[in-house]
Amino acid sequence: MLQTTHVRKVFGPSVVLDDLSLDVGEHEVVALIGASGSGKSTLLRCINLLTEIDDGVIRLDGQDITDPRADADRVRQKIGLVFQSYNLFPHMTVLQNITLAPLRVHRKAHAEAHEQAMQWLSRVGLADKAGSYPDRLSGGQQQRVAIVRALVNSPRLLLLDEVTSALDPELVGEVLTMIRDLKGDGMTMVLATHEMGFARQVADRVAFLDAGRVLEQGPPEQVLGDPVEARTRQFLARIIEAGRL
Amino acid sequence: MSTGTYHPSEIQLGRAAYRQRQTVRSVLIAAFSTLVVGVAIYFGITGSPGWDRVRTSFFSWSVAKASFVPVLEGLWLNIRMLVVCAALALVLGLFIAVLRTLRGPVFFPVRALATAYTYGFRGVPLIIVIYLFAFGVPGLRLQGTPNVYVLGGAALVVTYGAYLAEVFRAGIESVHPSQLAAARSLGLTYRQTMRHVVLPQAIRRVAPPLLNDTVALQKDVGLVSLAGPVDAVRAAQITTAEHFNYTPYIVAAVLFVLLALPLIAVTDAVTLRAARRQNAGA
Repeated sequence: MLQTTHVRKVFGPSVVLDDLSLDVGEHEVVALIGASGSGKSTLLRCINLLTEIDDGVIRLDGQDITDPRADADRVRQKIGLVFQSYNLFPHMTVLQNITLAPLRVHRKAHAEAHEQAMQWLSRVGLADKAGSYPDRLSGGQQQRVAIVRALVNSPRLLLLDEVTSALDPELVGEVLTMIRDLKGDGMTMVLATHEMGFARQVADRVAFLDAGRVLEQGPPEQVLGDPVEARTRQFLARIIEAGRL
Repeated sequence: MSTGTYHPSEIQLGRAAYRQRQTVRSVLIAAFSTLVVGVAIYFGITGSPGWDRVRTSFFSWSVAKASFVPVLEGLWLNIRMLVVCAALALVLGLFIAVLRTLRGPVFFPVRALATAYTYGFRGVPLIIVIYLFAFGVPGLRLQGTPNVYVLGGAALVVTYGAYLAEVFRAGIESVHPSQLAAARSLGLTYRQTMRHVVLPQAIRRVAPPLLNDTVALQKDVGLVSLAGPVDAVRAAQITTAEHFNYTPYIVAAVLFVLLALPLIAVTDAVTLRAARRQNAGA
């Protein structure tokens, strides 16, 4: 469904993505792991067209979305992106945050957008927060709202950029549970994460990024349990040392 | 969370009593020093050799009464011009600020013009702009040249529009790029992102400085009298000439302060609210 081929991205003198290729199939969940600066976040921003690539091609359902003639706004409607720091709109209530795109982008009727938003909020246990402003919510609640905000667009693909990295440890669970539920729904997801345990549980495939390339990919048990590459082993050893696996 | 039967400890009661004594002491010291300063100022002014002359030529009750109505009538012009000019200047400022944020080579001339405008009109003294508009434009002898009120008002609007544009721009730039990324990732266009995400946050943030500039505009409205219209300052000048007495200026000054007070109070309230919201959390 998603094909990134030979993607290159440079910021000044530093090559962030270097001839990177990665395919994602329908209903597949791919976890991107790798050290900070290995290009995980940049790759997600490139797929969402927030960042322009410097070479290569990204295709979604066969369409070249990196063609400058492609309608970037139309493409982004099909790709949801959830950020590490939630990025909810602070001047809008939870409900307004969620219904903004359905109302303005998809031109849905008020009642319909409302109902859909409330259904999602009930499902994630936040119906009573619909009228609250984001600063009244815990980090875990804010991140769940941010995920719902992306989901009401009915995206073909959901990108999750270290969505638990800014959360207190006791709040990580509620967000991970939600992502696990989404996998149950068959949502196609690419998630950049530092939660190796979670990647092992939820991902169909784990891709280890190093210096802007996919150095190694495969089933989680293989990549996380018995990696082929020396760099992957080194990375996992450091993670284990830090007590994160 | 806490049980209903809470009694403050001895040590807490002691702290409260100490703070209470400190408060009383501070109030007494403040009252005493205010009195001393007030008395010093009073005797300093009334004891000065020229006080009697100043009192009769600046604080004459009869002249104040005589000048009150004409000055007030002039002030009515100030108020009307203030309301219209402030509204137009805010709209113009917002418009220019948004133009300056447009990206892409197509908009280069628009950006350049908007930038040149804010640089130019923040640099030129308001008095010169008023003269150019009120005397220069009619000099062109074009059909349908508006009257001096409109021309003077236009001078105020373009000058203040330039200042307000920069305030708005500061607000727009203070909205974190991650907010734009979030909006664009939802499929919103650049315009929708500006309209629904960036501008609402930007305007909230710069409301206090915008109101502050409106207070400043309130005073500068009086400069339009240089081109002829009889506003409060001009009315005071006329009555001063009639009575050979400066009291009308004092009357005008007092009225201007009274006019500014509500606006200043609103500005303070808005600033306070903004500060509270900021402290409440992200």
